[in-house]
Amino acid sequence: MSTIQPKVSAPVSDELALVQAAKGGDVGAFEELVRRYDRNVFRIAQHITQNREDAEDVVQEAFLKAYGNLNQFQGQSKFYTWLVRIAVNEALMKLRRRRPERTVSLDEEVKTEEDSLPREVADWSPNPEQQYSQAELRDILTRTIQGLPASFRTVFVLRDVEGLSTEETAEALDLSIPAVKSRLLRARLQLRERLSRYFQRRESANGKMRHDSGDGNQ
Amino acid sequence: MKCSEFLQELTNYLDGVIDDRTKAELEDHLAWCHNCYVVCDTTKKTIEIYRDSRLYELPEDLRSRLRSAIVSKCHAKKRGPESV
Repeated sequence: MSTIQPKVSAPVSDELALVQAAKGGDVGAFEELVRRYDRNVFRIAQHITQNREDAEDVVQEAFLKAYGNLNQFQGQSKFYTWLVRIAVNEALMKLRRRRPERTVSLDEEVKTEEDSLPREVADWSPNPEQQYSQAELRDILTRTIQGLPASFRTVFVLRDVEGLSTEETAEALDLSIPAVKSRLLRARLQLRERLSRYFQRRESANGKMRHDSGDGNQ
Repeated sequence: MKCSEFLQELTNYLDGVIDDRTKAELEDHLAWCHNCYVVCDTTKKTIEIYRDSRLYELPEDLRSRLRSAIVSKCHAKKRGPESV
Protein backbone atom coordinates (compact mmCIF):
# COMPACT_ATOMS: atom_id res chain seq x y z
CA MET A 1 0.00 0.00 0.00
CA SER A 2 1.48 3.34 -1.00
CA THR A 3 1.95 6.14 1.47
CA ILE A 4 0.26 9.53 1.50
CA GLN A 5 2.29 12.11 -0.38
CA PRO A 6 2.43 15.55 1.22
CA LYS A 7 1.20 18.55 -0.72
CA VAL A 8 3.89 20.56 -2.41
CA SER A 9 4.52 23.53 -0.19
CA ALA A 10 4.48 27.08 -1.45
CA PRO A 11 7.76 28.50 -2.78
CA VAL A 12 9.69 30.05 0.06
CA SER A 13 12.73 31.32 -1.80
CA ASP A 14 11.51 34.89 -2.11
CA GLU A 15 9.38 34.76 1.00
CA LEU A 16 12.02 36.04 3.34
CA ALA A 17 12.62 38.97 1.00
CA LEU A 18 8.91 39.80 1.15
CA VAL A 19 8.95 39.59 4.93
CA GLN A 20 12.02 41.84 5.09
CA ALA A 21 10.39 44.38 2.77
CA ALA A 22 7.19 44.29 4.82
CA LYS A 23 9.19 44.83 8.00
CA GLY A 24 10.61 47.91 6.33
CA GLY A 25 7.09 49.24 5.80
CA ASP A 26 6.37 47.94 2.28
CA VAL A 27 2.65 47.18 2.51
CA GLY A 28 2.67 45.88 -1.07
CA ALA A 29 5.09 43.14 -0.01
CA PHE A 30 2.83 42.25 2.89
CA GLU A 31 -0.15 42.19 0.54
CA GLU A 32 1.67 39.55 -1.50
CA LEU A 33 2.02 37.43 1.65
CA VAL A 34 -1.71 37.88 2.31
CA ARG A 35 -2.44 36.77 -1.26
CA ARG A 36 -0.29 33.70 -0.75
CA TYR A 37 -1.88 32.47 2.45
CA ASP A 38 -5.34 34.00 2.90
CA ARG A 39 -7.12 30.92 1.54
CA ASN A 40 -5.23 28.64 3.92
CA VAL A 41 -5.87 30.86 6.93
CA PHE A 42 -9.57 31.06 6.07
CA ARG A 43 -9.85 27.29 5.73
CA ILE A 44 -8.04 26.62 9.00
CA ALA A 45 -10.10 29.26 10.80
CA GLN A 46 -13.37 27.91 9.53
CA HIS A 47 -12.44 24.36 10.45
CA ILE A 48 -11.65 25.46 14.00
CA THR A 49 -14.43 27.99 14.60
CA GLN A 50 -17.05 26.23 12.45
CA ASN A 51 -18.46 29.64 11.75
CA ARG A 52 -18.09 31.69 8.60
CA GLU A 53 -18.18 35.15 10.20
CA ASP A 54 -15.67 34.14 12.81
CA ALA A 55 -13.41 32.78 10.10
CA GLU A 56 -13.57 36.09 8.23
CA ASP A 57 -12.63 37.92 11.42
CA VAL A 58 -9.78 35.51 12.06
CA VAL A 59 -8.33 36.15 8.60
CA GLN A 60 -8.28 39.90 9.23
CA GLU A 61 -7.09 39.70 12.80
CA ALA A 62 -4.37 37.14 12.11
CA PHE A 63 -2.86 39.10 9.24
CA LEU A 64 -3.06 42.39 11.12
CA LYS A 65 -1.46 40.84 14.16
CA ALA A 66 1.25 39.34 11.98
CA TYR A 67 1.84 42.74 10.36
CA GLY A 68 2.02 44.46 13.71
CA ASN A 69 4.46 41.90 15.08
CA LEU A 70 6.65 41.29 12.05
CA ASN A 71 9.68 42.41 14.01
CA GLN A 72 9.21 39.43 16.30
CA PHE A 73 9.42 37.05 13.37
CA GLN A 74 13.01 35.91 13.46
CA GLY A 75 13.00 33.71 10.40
CA GLN A 76 13.89 30.48 12.22
CA SER A 77 10.61 28.98 11.07
CA LYS A 78 8.72 29.53 7.85
CA PHE A 79 6.57 32.65 7.79
CA TYR A 80 3.57 30.45 7.07
CA THR A 81 4.09 28.34 10.21
CA TRP A 82 4.40 31.51 12.27
CA LEU A 83 1.24 32.91 10.67
CA VAL A 84 -0.68 29.67 11.29
CA ARG A 85 0.26 29.82 14.94
CA ILE A 86 -1.24 33.30 15.20
CA ALA A 87 -4.34 32.27 13.24
CA VAL A 88 -4.96 29.14 15.34
CA ASN A 89 -4.77 31.20 18.53
CA GLU A 90 -7.21 33.77 17.16
CA ALA A 91 -9.56 31.01 16.03
CA LEU A 92 -9.46 29.24 19.39
CA MET A 93 -10.25 32.52 21.13
CA LYS A 94 -13.31 32.93 18.91
CA LEU A 95 -14.38 29.38 19.67
CA ARG A 96 -14.01 29.90 23.41
CA ARG A 97 -16.02 33.10 23.24
CA ARG A 98 -18.79 31.42 21.32
CA ARG A 99 -18.85 28.32 23.53
CA PRO A 100 -17.87 29.48 26.98
CA GLU A 101 -19.54 26.48 28.52
CA ARG A 102 -16.96 24.19 26.96
CA THR A 103 -13.31 24.64 27.70
CA VAL A 104 -11.41 24.53 24.46
CA SER A 105 -7.76 23.72 24.65
CA LEU A 106 -5.27 22.04 22.42
CA ASP A 107 -3.72 20.51 25.50
CA GLU A 108 -6.86 18.76 26.59
CA GLU A 109 -5.97 15.25 27.60
CA VAL A 110 -7.64 12.51 25.77
CA LYS A 111 -9.32 10.13 28.15
CA THR A 112 -8.65 6.73 26.74
CA GLU A 113 -7.61 5.17 23.51
CA GLU A 114 -10.96 3.44 23.27
CA ASP A 115 -12.49 6.37 21.43
CA SER A 116 -10.36 5.72 18.39
CA LEU A 117 -10.33 1.97 18.12
CA PRO A 118 -11.90 0.82 14.87
CA ARG A 119 -15.27 -0.86 15.18
CA GLU A 120 -16.53 -0.75 11.63
CA VAL A 121 -14.13 -2.48 9.33
CA ALA A 122 -16.33 -3.01 6.32
CA ASP A 123 -14.52 -2.13 3.13
CA TRP A 124 -15.60 0.96 1.22
CA SER A 125 -16.93 1.21 -2.30
CA PRO A 126 -14.18 1.70 -4.88
CA ASN A 127 -15.01 5.41 -5.41
CA PRO A 128 -17.09 6.23 -2.35
CA GLU A 129 -17.19 9.95 -2.99
CA GLN A 130 -18.93 9.34 -6.32
CA GLN A 131 -21.98 7.88 -4.58
CA TYR A 132 -22.97 11.37 -3.54
CA SER A 133 -23.50 14.72 -5.22
CA GLN A 134 -20.86 17.35 -4.52
CA ALA A 135 -23.21 19.16 -2.16
CA GLU A 136 -24.06 15.96 -0.29
CA LEU A 137 -20.41 14.99 -0.03
CA ARG A 138 -19.48 18.43 1.27
CA ASP A 139 -22.22 18.16 3.86
CA ILE A 140 -21.07 14.70 4.98
CA LEU A 141 -17.44 15.77 5.26
CA THR A 142 -18.30 18.98 7.09
CA ARG A 143 -20.59 17.33 9.61
CA THR A 144 -18.14 14.50 10.17
CA ILE A 145 -15.13 16.67 10.92
CA GLN A 146 -17.22 19.03 13.06
CA GLY A 147 -17.93 16.11 15.35
CA LEU A 148 -14.27 15.80 16.33
CA PRO A 149 -12.89 17.57 19.41
CA ALA A 150 -11.22 20.88 18.49
CA SER A 151 -7.77 19.55 19.38
CA PHE A 152 -8.07 16.61 16.96
CA ARG A 153 -9.72 18.67 14.25
CA THR A 154 -6.99 21.26 14.31
CA VAL A 155 -4.14 18.75 14.08
CA PHE A 156 -5.88 16.89 11.24
CA VAL A 157 -6.49 20.08 9.28
CA LEU A 158 -2.94 21.33 9.62
CA ARG A 159 -1.30 18.01 8.83
CA ASP A 160 -3.60 16.36 6.33
CA VAL A 161 -5.51 19.19 4.69
CA GLU A 162 -2.92 21.95 4.72
CA GLY A 163 0.07 19.65 4.40
CA LEU A 164 2.21 21.01 7.27
CA SER A 165 4.86 18.58 8.50
CA THR A 166 4.57 17.01 11.94
CA GLU A 167 7.33 19.35 13.17
CA GLU A 168 5.63 22.45 11.72
CA THR A 169 2.30 21.40 13.21
CA ALA A 170 3.94 20.90 16.60
CA GLU A 171 5.51 24.34 16.36
CA ALA A 172 2.31 26.05 15.18
CA LEU A 173 0.25 24.48 17.97
CA ASP A 174 2.90 24.55 20.66
CA LEU A 175 2.55 20.80 21.15
CA SER A 176 5.20 18.09 21.38
CA ILE A 177 5.77 15.87 18.37
CA PRO A 178 4.37 12.76 20.16
CA ALA A 179 1.25 14.77 21.09
CA VAL A 180 0.75 15.78 17.44
CA LYS A 181 1.21 12.19 16.29
CA SER A 182 -1.18 10.79 18.86
CA ARG A 183 -3.88 13.35 18.06
CA LEU A 184 -3.42 12.83 14.36
CA LEU A 185 -3.81 9.08 14.64
CA ARG A 186 -6.98 9.44 16.66
CA ALA A 187 -8.38 12.12 14.37
CA ARG A 188 -7.74 9.98 11.30
CA LEU A 189 -9.24 6.87 12.88
CA GLN A 190 -12.30 8.67 14.19
CA LEU A 191 -12.99 10.32 10.84
CA ARG A 192 -12.52 6.99 9.08
CA GLU A 193 -14.94 5.34 11.47
CA ARG A 194 -17.59 8.00 10.98
CA LEU A 195 -17.21 8.13 7.20
CA SER A 196 -17.59 4.35 7.03
CA ARG A 197 -21.29 4.82 7.69
CA TYR A 198 -21.61 6.62 4.38
CA PHE A 199 -18.98 4.96 2.26
CA GLN A 200 -19.00 1.28 3.08
CA ARG A 201 -19.67 -1.24 0.39
CA ARG A 202 -23.37 -1.97 0.71
CA GLU A 203 -23.42 -5.63 -0.13
CA SER A 204 -20.58 -6.70 2.17
CA ALA A 205 -21.11 -8.03 5.65
CA ASN A 206 -19.67 -5.93 8.43
CA GLY A 207 -16.37 -7.05 9.77
CA LYS A 208 -15.71 -6.44 13.43
CA MET A 209 -12.32 -5.51 14.70
CA ARG A 210 -11.03 -7.63 17.52
CA HIS A 211 -8.86 -5.80 19.97
CA ASP A 212 -8.46 -8.57 22.46
CA SER A 213 -7.33 -11.33 20.23
CA GLY A 214 -3.58 -11.20 20.56
CA ASP A 215 -2.13 -11.60 17.10
CA GLY A 216 -5.56 -12.61 15.83
CA ASN A 217 -3.98 -15.29 13.74
CA GLN A 218 -6.00 -18.23 14.88
CA MET B 1 2.56 -8.18 15.36
CA LYS B 2 -0.79 -7.53 17.04
CA CYS B 3 -3.52 -5.44 15.45
CA SER B 4 -3.12 -2.87 18.25
CA GLU B 5 0.60 -2.55 17.46
CA PHE B 6 -0.24 -2.12 13.81
CA LEU B 7 -2.66 0.70 14.66
CA GLN B 8 -0.04 2.46 16.76
CA GLU B 9 2.24 2.60 13.74
CA LEU B 10 -0.48 3.41 11.21
CA THR B 11 0.19 7.14 11.07
CA ASN B 12 3.93 6.69 10.65
CA TYR B 13 3.28 4.07 8.00
CA LEU B 14 0.87 6.23 6.00
CA ASP B 15 3.21 9.19 6.26
CA GLY B 16 6.13 7.09 5.09
CA VAL B 17 8.24 7.92 8.15
CA ILE B 18 9.20 4.47 9.27
CA ASP B 19 12.32 2.33 9.16
CA ASP B 20 12.55 -0.52 6.66
CA ARG B 21 12.34 -3.25 9.25
CA THR B 22 9.15 -1.95 10.88
CA LYS B 23 7.69 -1.32 7.44
CA ALA B 24 8.33 -4.93 6.46
CA GLU B 25 6.67 -6.15 9.69
CA LEU B 26 3.64 -3.94 9.05
CA GLU B 27 3.31 -5.13 5.49
CA ASP B 28 3.63 -8.72 6.61
CA HIS B 29 0.75 -8.07 9.03
CA LEU B 30 -1.28 -6.39 6.27
CA ALA B 31 -0.79 -9.38 4.02
CA TRP B 32 -2.78 -11.69 6.25
CA CYS B 33 -4.92 -9.41 8.46
CA HIS B 34 -7.84 -8.31 6.34
CA ASN B 35 -9.28 -6.05 9.04
CA CYS B 36 -6.09 -4.05 9.39
CA TYR B 37 -5.78 -3.90 5.61
CA VAL B 38 -9.27 -2.38 5.41
CA VAL B 39 -8.61 0.06 8.25
CA CYS B 40 -5.36 1.13 6.64
CA ASP B 41 -6.89 1.50 3.19
CA THR B 42 -9.97 3.39 4.34
CA THR B 43 -7.90 5.68 6.59
CA LYS B 44 -5.80 6.54 3.58
CA LYS B 45 -8.97 7.23 1.58
CA THR B 46 -10.29 9.39 4.42
CA ILE B 47 -7.20 11.57 4.24
CA GLU B 48 -7.35 11.79 0.45
CA ILE B 49 -11.05 12.66 0.41
CA TYR B 50 -10.54 15.51 2.87
CA ARG B 51 -7.44 16.71 1.08
CA ASP B 52 -9.27 16.84 -2.24
CA SER B 53 -12.57 18.09 -0.85
CA ARG B 54 -11.96 21.83 -1.16
CA LEU B 55 -14.08 22.48 1.91
CA TYR B 56 -14.29 26.11 2.94
CA GLU B 57 -12.93 27.68 -0.22
CA LEU B 58 -12.63 31.44 0.14
CA PRO B 59 -14.90 33.04 -2.49
CA GLU B 60 -13.08 35.59 -4.68
CA ASP B 61 -15.37 38.51 -3.82
CA LEU B 62 -14.97 37.94 -0.09
CA ARG B 63 -11.28 37.39 -0.62
CA SER B 64 -10.73 40.77 -2.23
CA ARG B 65 -12.91 42.47 0.37
CA LEU B 66 -10.86 40.98 3.20
CA ARG B 67 -7.59 41.80 1.49
CA SER B 68 -8.61 45.45 0.92
CA ALA B 69 -9.60 45.75 4.57
CA ILE B 70 -6.30 44.23 5.73
CA VAL B 71 -4.20 46.41 3.42
CA SER B 72 -5.96 49.63 4.38
CA LYS B 73 -5.53 48.84 8.07
CA CYS B 74 -1.84 48.10 7.46
CA HIS B 75 -1.48 51.54 5.81
CA ALA B 76 -3.25 53.10 8.78
CA LYS B 77 -0.90 51.35 11.22
CA LYS B 78 2.07 52.53 9.20
CA ARG B 79 0.94 56.13 9.43
CA GLY B 80 0.57 55.79 13.16
CA PRO B 81 -2.45 56.30 15.41
CA GLU B 82 -2.26 60.12 15.42
CA SER B 83 -2.87 60.35 11.68
CA VAL B 84 -5.68 57.80 11.52
